[in-house]
Amino acid sequence: MCLAIPAKIVELFPDETSRALVEVVGVRRHIDTGLLEENSLNTGDWVLIHVGFAMSKISEDDALDQIRMLTMLGEHEAAVQEVTGYGLSEAGISSDP
Amino acid sequence: MKFVDEFREPAVISKATAEIRRLADPGRTYRFMEVCGGHTHAIYRFGLKDLLPANIDLVHGPGCPVCVLPMGRIDDGLSIAKNADVIFTAFGDMMRVPGRNGSPLEHKARGMDVRIVYSPSDALKIARNNPAKHVVFFAIGFETTAPSTALTLMRAKAEGLRNFSVFCNHVTIIPAIRAILDSPDMRIDAFIGPGHVSTVIGCRPYEWIARNEGKPIVVSGFEPVDVLQSIVMLLEQLKAKEAKVENQYKRVVPWEGNRAALKAMAEVFELRAYFEWRGMGFISQSALRIRDSYAEWDSERRFQVPGVRVTDPKAAQCGEVLKGVLKPVQCKLFGKECTPERPVGALMVSSEGSCAAYYNYEHRKREAFTKEVGVAV
Amino acid sequence: MSAVLPKIRFRDLQIEMAHGAGGKASRRLIEGLFAPLLFGSSTAPLGDAAHLNINGTRIAITTDSFVVKPLTFPGGSIGELAVNGTVNDLAVSGARAEALVVTYVLEEGLPTEILEAEVRAMGNAATRAGVAISGGDTKVVEHGKADRMYITTAGIGRLIPGLTISPESVRPGDKVLLSGPIGDHGITILLARGELDLEGEICSDTRSVLPLVEALSRAVGPAIRWMRDPTRGGVATSLNELARDANLSVFLWEDRIPVRDTVRGACELLGLDPLHIANEGQFLVVLAPEYADAALETLRNTPGGHEAVLIGEIREQPAAAVLGANSYGGTRVIDMLVGDPLPRIC
Repeated sequence: MCLAIPAKIVELFPDETSRALVEVVGVRRHIDTGLLEENSLNTGDWVLIHVGFAMSKISEDDALDQIRMLTMLGEHEAAVQEVTGYGLSEAGISSDP
Repeated sequence: MKFVDEFREPAVISKATAEIRRLADPGRTYRFMEVCGGHTHAIYRFGLKDLLPANIDLVHGPGCPVCVLPMGRIDDGLSIAKNADVIFTAFGDMMRVPGRNGSPLEHKARGMDVRIVYSPSDALKIARNNPAKHVVFFAIGFETTAPSTALTLMRAKAEGLRNFSVFCNHVTIIPAIRAILDSPDMRIDAFIGPGHVSTVIGCRPYEWIARNEGKPIVVSGFEPVDVLQSIVMLLEQLKAKEAKVENQYKRVVPWEGNRAALKAMAEVFELRAYFEWRGMGFISQSALRIRDSYAEWDSERRFQVPGVRVTDPKAAQCGEVLKGVLKPVQCKLFGKECTPERPVGALMVSSEGSCAAYYNYEHRKREAFTKEVGVAV
Repeated sequence: MSAVLPKIRFRDLQIEMAHGAGGKASRRLIEGLFAPLLFGSSTAPLGDAAHLNINGTRIAITTDSFVVKPLTFPGGSIGELAVNGTVNDLAVSGARAEALVVTYVLEEGLPTEILEAEVRAMGNAATRAGVAISGGDTKVVEHGKADRMYITTAGIGRLIPGLTISPESVRPGDKVLLSGPIGDHGITILLARGELDLEGEICSDTRSVLPLVEALSRAVGPAIRWMRDPTRGGVATSLNELARDANLSVFLWEDRIPVRDTVRGACELLGLDPLHIANEGQFLVVLAPEYADAALETLRNTPGGHEAVLIGEIREQPAAAVLGANSYGGTRVIDMLVGDPLPRIC
């Protein structure tokens, strides 16, 4: 459910492939990476941790996309309104999927 | 905090709330159920209800693995721990849950060796460091947590560590959602889907909700922006008269789920024929038990458990609150006989149970005050 | 403005850790068991220190005990906590500590080296705090009975002139100030115990807040209504006690409350709320609104007070509750801790 938070991998251990040292704003903990594919992680990667296990790799691209999409909310609407104000029909304006 | 602060940005939140206002049809009420206890907690912690128009009702679902555990199972766990030389380990969430003769913390006060762990690996470590004792790990949680327990058991077996066993109370989310939808007095329009369970099971398991039941479901993250954006997506679906599964929590949830996690679960666990959910009765194929191949690490097989059923008082209306038929404050026991400090029923037991969350975060707010603070647009 | 508090009865059958955590369970024990048996019919709210009038001389007296484990941790040790904690109790009650007496309860087998280090640390802390340690007692108990060392103190002091501190004087519109970042001490101890396998750069904030309190009294003394050092149970518990005692509401702008990164990280990881975590070097002030700016300026210009901040204000409703608002308009009730803060996974 529940409490899982993003943490950055700061150290990997070549002799122990399912262990990693992660950091969350200055707090560090060793976690188990056994639920992620072996060798799929690099230092600097961000993972979601739950009860001391990495559950998923966090995609920075998807995160940025999401924020971008939200920040643009209302801008499409505003653009439409502006154009409608000029008397142009809405049907003539393409909308992004 | 990266990947957290950006999703609490006031400017972004304003955009989302403005969009919600734009999309919500003032002529109707929307009832959205958030399945997961983590979402209930987030909604209250961030005061998200204050940001929504009055015609959007958030109904709290049964996704609190602590709340739905029958008292009898806690008693069973504690009875195992009463054996000499047993160290009882569990997550902090379990420590104050009352059994018939007290909570784990109260048992600790009477001399039982009870320890809080943050991870099942910690419990395994305690076993390694205490060869003369037997460590029992009281496992709870949905599919988010079960893989970690599974992996821990696999490690214990690989190491040949015999002084460790798991008392398994993992439950699965789909049967719970099904039970909600099957209930005749159910009036949910759409679902805010569990974000972290989905990192394991993916989004496919929810397809029947959209296809067969015609309800939109958006798998959601837990930050304010996540929950609000998910509500935007639900409103858009309802407006377009669609019903599909969408993934709002893309940055973390893979559509196909986590194969390694599912594999670990399949290796160690199998489904119980049925399991009792506090406040909801018996649900078939809704809980996990440890396979025969791991019998030696199964506390229920290493020890005798009484298996006694403890029923909640009839006056407790947990079932109806769970299904969204009643609001916590409408249960006759709410705030009187049943409080977070002295819980009578399931939903008061853990801080993210709907009644506890409402009690802790809401019930002393007066309407007059909320108007005074104002709502961000 | 104070409420007539409902009679609380202590019905628990045994004492648990929760009763010492500073939250609801502690309050129940104090109000339901100790108060009726020890404090007679006094309905005065229970504060940190007692003010006595002995033949016309007004003095303050307080007592405190320290059972922290481990004995030493980044930023301090049990001895320093003992001195600073006692001085602070007196300071926030409006008194300047003059002298302390100390009792050591020592566990058989405690290495002398450790005892000496603690006593030295305590002596140094007392010198820094400007307070004399005037006497004490020592007991030794059997191995296993005192977790190495427990320290109890009693402190006595003179009232700082011009201060009238009491929840009854708190009014709607008053402002709430906080001296600095919260959660440092509690998280330091949590990490130092080593049970949760977390590492981080954090140290206890233990220090005497007397210089800050005195600077404040000189600048805005008569405007100060209430002060408290938020130790066990954290800021949330102290403010809830105020809300209850004054039967008013404490409204907080949560985003203004300073929390260091490491504390924040540890809390997010464990599912804890910094508002519930113990502090040993911070204090809360409630004062008349016209003087809030002057008070902040004074604190910020006093050594150790540079992180002081305005965090909230007093309102009428919801009475007896603490309400937090975030920067985007969401609100939540912030309750007192029940027992010890427990890490959660859900």
